[in-house]
Amino acid sequence: MRLPYRSKLAAASVLAVLAAGAVLADPSPDAELVVNEDIELVTRVAPGPAVEGVLTEVYSGWLYRETETRAMQMDDFDNPAMVFADQGLDMWDTVDGTEGKSCASCHEGIESMKGVRTSMPKMNGAATDLWSMENFINDCRTNRMGAEAWKWNSNDMKNMTSAISLQSRGEPMKVSVEGAAADWWERGKEIYYTRYGQLELACANCHEVNAGNMIRADHLSQGQINGFPTYRLKDAGVVSIHQRFVGCVRDTRAETFAAGSEEFRALELYVASRGEGLSIEGVSVRP
Amino acid sequence: MKSHVAHWAMAPALAAALAAALAALPAAAETAPGGVAFDGGAVAASLTGAPGDATAGATVMTTNALGNCVACHELAAMPEVQFQGNIGPALDGAADRWTEAELRGLVVNAKLTFEGTMMPAFYKTDGFIRPGDGYTGKAPTAELPPVLTAQQVEDVVAYLLTLKE
Ligand code: HEC
Ligand code: HEC
Ligand code: HEC
Repeated sequence: MRLPYRSKLAAASVLAVLAAGAVLADPSPDAELVVNEDIELVTRVAPGPAVEGVLTEVYSGWLYRETETRAMQMDDFDNPAMVFADQGLDMWDTVDGTEGKSCASCHEGIESMKGVRTSMPKMNGAATDLWSMENFINDCRTNRMGAEAWKWNSNDMKNMTSAISLQSRGEPMKVSVEGAAADWWERGKEIYYTRYGQLELACANCHEVNAGNMIRADHLSQGQINGFPTYRLKDAGVVSIHQRFVGCVRDTRAETFAAGSEEFRALELYVASRGEGLSIEGVSVRP
Repeated sequence: MKSHVAHWAMAPALAAALAAALAALPAAAETAPGGVAFDGGAVAASLTGAPGDATAGATVMTTNALGNCVACHELAAMPEVQFQGNIGPALDGAADRWTEAELRGLVVNAKLTFEGTMMPAFYKTDGFIRPGDGYTGKAPTAELPPVLTAQQVEDVVAYLLTLKE
């Protein structure tokens, strides 16, 4: 399918595409993600158990982006998401709620959150529900601080998940899909392959079968979530995992699931398992 | 008004205007989506009872909120259209490969020609899982219209018939 693209497309539109800097096919073959000339991130990895025999290699979405966008993520001074992670960091130390506590009162420095992002989502302490990072944060806020829950996609929540995710930057994704999480994982997998909406498109149609191809001006990646929260240049703001899911489902002319819904938490677990071994990039930069 | 259309399906104001204008036309001898007669994957009879307009068809094919065929197909015959996708095969020469009836069937519901194809069915109103109200992400409040009107399907077919090499 790639050959006819190159051979048949009129020279004029090839030029137009090249002028706009779009990548023609496949993830960038040789780009290496090193942040601040210091932290080396893994953007290509052999498939984990969830995608063995399905994908030949697992690629970070970073590899599919244009040179300039990739560069923004390689230097924290150029990464527009850092401002928001800093705001999250401030919030970490801010007392809120009836108990007069901040996150730091119990968790001390935010470095204590190192590694947390790699295992999200996971079963809660009571093993009764699958929780995303947002659920854990709101559990602490409502049950331990006497503070109000943050809305899933509120700025406060996204700033905090950005600050916490950053503590795991460079660590490999590794969620547990065993025990009580197994049923959630199965449910997420089913959603991944369901063709929703009036356009009847599943995640897999775009991100498994057509990763590397162009859908109009968009270079399709594998739809991995190791980069989240993500700064989207198009939205000029930070986007959560579920926010991205909402957008992708809506674009199939479907009725979406809500951010924080059981469906999207299950899907998050499944998608996370497909990215096993990729470095956490949070906070990444995407077009 | 719909406020959102996929980035890869971004709607110029034209799309809304066009859709509104077309929706206002009377649907006299039209075949409804449920009444389309297939022979295998092919549909012999015009959905409107008349031939379509190839120029209008070209607009439907490149208008993102309508056919948006170029999201998935490249078409050298339209060099002025930027950012052509490469998910499906190039459409150049389509009329050499397919008859008019086969092309109509492909636009109405390509799944009857290519089982399980990623190509959406453009003239179908049922059998969907969680269909939405256009690109709003919400459940539809009224009966689901097909993605393209009968007239738009015929216009696209008329354009495809010009694709000979
Ligand atoms: C009163 C003490 C307390 C406060 C205040 C508190 N937490 Fe917690 N937090 C805990 C405890 C205890 C756990 C462990 C729960 C468990 O393991 O079941 C936890 C777990 C977490 C987890 C999950 C960690 C993991 O490894 O799974 C996150 C994320 C978290 N807290 C974030 C926050 C944030 C953000 C704040 C401030 C908004 C905060 N917490 C405030 C006590 C607190
Ligand atoms: C019609 C095609 C299409 C479908 C179907 C689709 N997406 Fe996407 N998705 C895109 C496009 C286009 C982008 C932006 C470019 C890219 O990263 O692929 C994107 C981006 C993403 C990203 C961000 C990746 C990154 O590294 O920034 C994630 C995550 C994602 N999609 C998940 C999903 C999931 C989960 C589903 C199923 C519920 C889904 N998508 C369905 C087209 C699609
Ligand atoms: C979401 C992607 C997508 C969209 C949008 C799309 N198609 Fe397709 N189309 C495909 C794929 C994929 C195939 C190849 C069939 C297969 O093997 O699944 C195809 C096949 C075809 C074929 C037959 C291929 C040939 O030999 O020429 C024609 C004709 C065609 N499409 C026309 C259209 C028209 C006209 C539109 C817009 C009204 C359209 N397509 C929109 C994905 C798409």
